[in-house]
Amino acid sequence: MSTDITWLIGGPQGSGVETGANIFSRVCAEMGYQVFGKREFYSNIKGEHSYFAVRVADKKIHSNLNDVTVMVSFDAETIFRHYNEVMSGGAMIYDSDLENTTTDDVPTLNQIFKSRLHKELEAKNKPFTISGVLETAKENGVNLYPVSFRDILSKLADETGNPKLKALIRMFNVIGVSLSLGLLKMPPDSLFKSIENIFSKKPKIAEINKQAANHSYNFATAKFNDFNYSLPGTKKEPHTLLVQGHLGAAIGKMVCGCRFQSYYPITPASDECVFLEQHQILEIDGDRPGSTAIIQTEDEISAIGMMIGSALTGTRSATCTSGPGFSLMAEAIGWAGINEVPIVITLYQRSGPSTGLPTRHGQDDLLFAINSSHGEFPKIVYASGDIEESFYDTCNCFNYSDVFQVPVIHMMDKFLSSSVVTCKRFDPSKVTIDRGKLLEKIDDNDYKRFAFTDDGISPRSKLGLENGVFWNTGDERDEYGHISEDPIERIQMMDKRMSRLELIAKKIPKEEQVVSFGVHDFTIISWGSTKGPIIDALEMLKKENIDIGFVQFKLLHPFPTDYAESLLKDAKTIIDIESNHTAQLSQIFKQNLSRDVDYFILKYTGRGMTSTEIYDSLKKIIENKASKREILKHGA
Amino acid sequence: MALKLSDYKTDVHNDWCPGCGDFGIVNAIQMALAEMNIPRDKAAIFSGIGCSGKTSHFINVYGIHTLHGRVLTFAQGAKIANPDMTIVAAGGDGDGLGIGAGHFVAAGRRDVNMTYIIFDNGVYGLTKGQASPTLKLGEQTKSLASPNTNYDVNPIGLAVASGFTFVARGYSYDIKHLKDLIKAAIQHKGLAFLDVLQPCPTYNDINTRDWYAGVDMVEEAQKRHSRIYKLEDIGFEPTVHFNEESELNEKLSQALIKSLEWGNKIPIGIFYKNELISRYGERLTDTIPNFLENPPAKQRISSNGKPITNVSKLLDSFEV
Ligand SMILES: Cc1ncc(C[n+]2csc(CCOP(=O)(O)OP(=O)(O)O)c2C)c(N)n1
Ligand code: SF4
Ligand SMILES: [Mg+2]
Repeated sequence: MSTDITWLIGGPQGSGVETGANIFSRVCAEMGYQVFGKREFYSNIKGEHSYFAVRVADKKIHSNLNDVTVMVSFDAETIFRHYNEVMSGGAMIYDSDLENTTTDDVPTLNQIFKSRLHKELEAKNKPFTISGVLETAKENGVNLYPVSFRDILSKLADETGNPKLKALIRMFNVIGVSLSLGLLKMPPDSLFKSIENIFSKKPKIAEINKQAANHSYNFATAKFNDFNYSLPGTKKEPHTLLVQGHLGAAIGKMVCGCRFQSYYPITPASDECVFLEQHQILEIDGDRPGSTAIIQTEDEISAIGMMIGSALTGTRSATCTSGPGFSLMAEAIGWAGINEVPIVITLYQRSGPSTGLPTRHGQDDLLFAINSSHGEFPKIVYASGDIEESFYDTCNCFNYSDVFQVPVIHMMDKFLSSSVVTCKRFDPSKVTIDRGKLLEKIDDNDYKRFAFTDDGISPRSKLGLENGVFWNTGDERDEYGHISEDPIERIQMMDKRMSRLELIAKKIPKEEQVVSFGVHDFTIISWGSTKGPIIDALEMLKKENIDIGFVQFKLLHPFPTDYAESLLKDAKTIIDIESNHTAQLSQIFKQNLSRDVDYFILKYTGRGMTSTEIYDSLKKIIENKASKREILKHGA
Repeated sequence: MALKLSDYKTDVHNDWCPGCGDFGIVNAIQMALAEMNIPRDKAAIFSGIGCSGKTSHFINVYGIHTLHGRVLTFAQGAKIANPDMTIVAAGGDGDGLGIGAGHFVAAGRRDVNMTYIIFDNGVYGLTKGQASPTLKLGEQTKSLASPNTNYDVNPIGLAVASGFTFVARGYSYDIKHLKDLIKAAIQHKGLAFLDVLQPCPTYNDINTRDWYAGVDMVEEAQKRHSRIYKLEDIGFEPTVHFNEESELNEKLSQALIKSLEWGNKIPIGIFYKNELISRYGERLTDTIPNFLENPPAKQRISSNGKPITNVSKLLDSFEV
């Protein structure tokens, strides 16, 4: 039988939920499983509810499912919020000391959620307590595994003769993970190794945690032996990485030679910068060490200004941000556009507008990215669908910006950046570096930065290059870069710049523009991180002999109209799937292909899509039971 | 080959109003570059938006005419990436102290080794004479419908308080003195700020050339022929000589006090100078030891179109 289970851990922010999930994911990955983990959290540092759902399987997976197989919680809120997700035959490991807790005892349960929950419980005649919820779960077929977490600490304190351990509730996360491992009959050695890894700088803490892990693991194996699911291990795929979402872009930047990144802190983009700064020094084959200058600026306007300044010196330069910061960058994107400066902006979208749902997912900024800044100028908007892809895409984005001398906006999002997944090791040998017409030497002394050329792209000098002096201005300009308001020169310069849009669509390899996973009568169009859940949903349908096509758009501006048209000519029903309200891809699709989208599957709760809910909606569409707009709701 | 002053001039038509103080500043920058014999391809003028913003087109070195208020951001990025460049940022008082004030303060804290010149004319020249941040409260220049309702910002005081390590003021009609100040600013190791009093004959009918010359104050003018005097002439000693709190406090506070002088006596010259503070690029060497020898713009990133950055160990650490 194949393995495919989902484990969920929840608790207050700051209580180690993430550490717990990292340990669990690592252990599973080391046992050979494929892992897809997703983190959800509030815009809060301590106290609000956060959770991590980790899906573990013995085949390649790209998304989460709705159903939870094992839920482990050490607080009441997790139980109140997630009890309904645990499937029949699944398990709940919970802290038995919480049984009498009422919904009113949990201050972080918001009123509107509470009234929904109360209605559910009332309908089943249950009290508004943990016991009430647990009874409901039990009636749903869930196996309950009560454990007094405090008891475990006391026993541990006695066993080790260390009374201080009694109060160490910070270890609840490790206890929860270890109980889960025991329940799932997983060997404990990777657990200890993972703990050592995570606390490698604090050997004493590692030791205590290992004791707690050992104790809880033994407790679970002794007591919980009636559970149907287990994770005995499977054959490991060689060269598998376990990585978090921002690493694709970050490592891509290192490899492709980005040596300057300026930024202003914002979720979910700053993780990438923090990582780059932690790994600032770079090993260079056959040369002295290199480095990435990571500059934290006073705001995003400064971040993009600095990056443009750096790019003018010939340095591959980038910034990364999210919607609010990107808004502040708009004016300068136009400047880079008219001055043909190659820059890359990694845009980790979240739900807006304004602060919106600051730590939640969204694909709200596609049209904004395409239309960002004032005036008309060529730019590229490019979207990655998953982490592995984002590594190669990042390198490509730098090439596009150098070759076409345009700003590139690389669309990422919160769902991508905060998922933790196994994927194939990134392969730098597949990367090429193409700096286009960047000059290293100029002999002639009448250099013109914006000289008219056959392909509309001029050889590019850089600050500090002998004979390479040039001028830039936001105004229209002559070939040297000096201000010009001459009407005919304006036409020539505009035509030269804008001709690049066609060139881009022509020169970028088709498979980098749009990826087809097959086209059938029903075919999905989508972009960005919905890719994973779509692929998994299609896999589920295939098992029922239902074939649905999927075309993933990566190049979103300029829009690959002709190629898309040829790909989709046999599709009868087009289904657009996006994480936003206005189906932004469908708008440009319609504009460019003069073709309507038949159905929309949309989600704007701030939570990423699961393959289950896409599957359900697709089924409804095929059975002609769907509404034109299917709105997805899953996820606490 | 030694370059001549004319080598630093472009033949771009200059469309400033006749008599504009900006001409003096451009001349002074060209003279400073020529006297310092800085190769044309090793210098860049970054400019903001305004009448003053056009400066970069008149000087025959790299010229980057940026966005309103953002000139410091572009300039710092370039200098950090390529520390070999001599970088002069130039812009209006509205540009630097209004829309760009946040960058002004942040730049002071960073202390990137470059020069920043503000063309201080009390008005927004290019948008037809609205009040700039340096116009005094209650003053009403020609195109204002009513007297200015805001208190003025003190550029010298703000620079000193923000951490600029060279703070000076020049006068656009004293080109030789201004040229010397620009040279000192460029030579200064750290971020140098120059506030240049720049009459705008078209819109500022208060702080005119005659006003600076003291023509209205008959008695005083007989003595000095000007409202303006030079700090060096009164033996003002702006330099911080040793890294002690008392020395620092003394030099900072005398600069602040001097910056408040205005009206009948206006000081120009160097208010404050401190080279004992580390520059931004040097601070980066704490984490990147070879940053100054191998800055971003100098690094090799590929060989025959293939990356040469080796991330194997990093990838190993994520392998399961
Ligand atoms: C973002 C933005 N807002 C407004 C303007 C319009 N604008 C152009 S120049 C200028 C003011 C220039 O005043 P100042 O900086 O003092 O320069 P001066 O013309 O006096 O040299 C303004 C507001 C602009 N170009 N960009
Ligand atoms: S408006 Fe004033 S600052 Fe602008 S060019 Fe004319 S005189 Fe000079
Ligand atoms: Mg002005």
